Amino acid sequence: MFMQESETTYNYKVVRQFAIMTIIWGIVGMAVGVLIAAQLAWPVLNFDIPWLTFSRLRPLHTNAVIFAFGGSALFATSYYIVQRTCHARLCDDRFAAFTFWGWQLVIVAAVITLPLGYTSSKEYAELEWPIDVLITVIWVVYAYVFFGTIARRKVKHIYVANWFFGAYIITVALLHVFNSMAIPVSFMKSYSMYAGVQDAMVQWWYGHNAVGFFLTAAFLGMMYYFVPKQAERPIYSYRLSVVHFWALIFVYIWAGPHHLHYTALPDWTQSLGMVMSLILLAPSWGGMINGLMTLSGAWQKLRTDPVLRFLIVSLSFYGMSTFEGPMMSIKTVNALSHYTDWTIGHVHSGALGWVAFITIGSMYYLIPRLYGRAIYSVKLIDAHFWISTVGIVLYITAMWVSGIMQGLMWRAIHPDGTLIYSFVESVQAMHPFYIIRTVGGAFFLLGMLIMAYNLWKTIAGAKPVTATIPVPAMAH
Amino acid sequence: MDFGFLQGLWTIIVMIFFLGVVVWAWSKKRKKEFDEAAMIPFREDNDDIINE
Repeated sequence: MFMQESETTYNYKVVRQFAIMTIIWGIVGMAVGVLIAAQLAWPVLNFDIPWLTFSRLRPLHTNAVIFAFGGSALFATSYYIVQRTCHARLCDDRFAAFTFWGWQLVIVAAVITLPLGYTSSKEYAELEWPIDVLITVIWVVYAYVFFGTIARRKVKHIYVANWFFGAYIITVALLHVFNSMAIPVSFMKSYSMYAGVQDAMVQWWYGHNAVGFFLTAAFLGMMYYFVPKQAERPIYSYRLSVVHFWALIFVYIWAGPHHLHYTALPDWTQSLGMVMSLILLAPSWGGMINGLMTLSGAWQKLRTDPVLRFLIVSLSFYGMSTFEGPMMSIKTVNALSHYTDWTIGHVHSGALGWVAFITIGSMYYLIPRLYGRAIYSVKLIDAHFWISTVGIVLYITAMWVSGIMQGLMWRAIHPDGTLIYSFVESVQAMHPFYIIRTVGGAFFLLGMLIMAYNLWKTIAGAKPVTATIPVPAMAH
Repeated sequence: MDFGFLQGLWTIIVMIFFLGVVVWAWSKKRKKEFDEAAMIPFREDNDDIINE
């Protein structure tokens, strides 16, 4: 019975740990999101307590949903997929366990230090230098476990999902190390090694590729495994997936400057970022079409299978936000949209619609299989799907209206060149949309709570599954 | 060789690389390998939800 350490079984323990934490951190991160959305509508909700203010909780929200929720999901799925598509156990159980406990330690450190006000002030990289060092160590071990497993694979071809995971692990290592370069002045205070516009450029080279490689490439790895598995058909075009991979990783890395339009960044760099962002539409939609068309000839599955619906609707949101993104990177559009709520709406159509939905669909596939139990209630998955879809629609439409209105109010001038609206008038105009956004976010959080209940009822008292690796004869 | 020339050259090189990937991916020789690769997630016999 003690097969855990055996080379004939997969390491499901670390996958289970990360999968469970995905759900828990998802709820924590989104609850903080709902709180700060409510604070924007009703500022009194910060209760005049410094560590409950928007400025300190906002980075906690972004770090929790991206790195705690999204990160745990990526560890869980990359470890699961690399083992099952390579027919090999993770190359080192202890190192895999180290990545789990280390990553949880990083998250706990973030939960403590960010509300206390410790920050490097770099967006999505706020954590101070001792935590950055810890992240680097964990990431190197993660790369060792992932690529070490690929190295001992029994299947000759490296399945495309692993290419996306591999690119994400390598690129995030580079991004994190170079963006976090800083000179420590005390235990919890450091200053960036870069200054002025170089600092801004390095920051958004990091920031946009955190979107491109952490929140896109890696989740595409998830897509290339779980969509075919849940649809019970191979990916629409494997050839397209190869072109998709190379085109996406070659283009994404250049798109960062579109975060710095009309700043001190040289004009040609801004234009380069804009053009590369526009080109990015092609690989993005190539990938979306590849995922969607996998259902070609089997669309009726969407009617009965809410898990597949999560996966497929995530691709629709992916297509929508990867159209919106290039459009917003056009300088003249950006002149209207930048610094407004439109950006927040765009981010959340990607974060809730794409990243969270593909994760939710994958977890509904994965977690029952890790415990050998059928899902407790398909009806509750259905309810989760509709509640969270309504939540996203409320959220992003409110932000579109609010953002475009803000942009138009800020640029409205009298014939003599003076501003028609004061800033506070635009703030007042946004108020109803901030309430709608809070309701939308609360819907999404409610969906996550339903998911947690459903999964709890599924796995409570269940014995963890020990899966055996197929014999090499099958794998040729 | 001014900067503009290098930019143009780089554009051509990247374009050739991209077309190379496309030709490589769609070449007849690769068809069998890719058709088999697409089936890798299904080359397993133990991923059904096991009954209790």
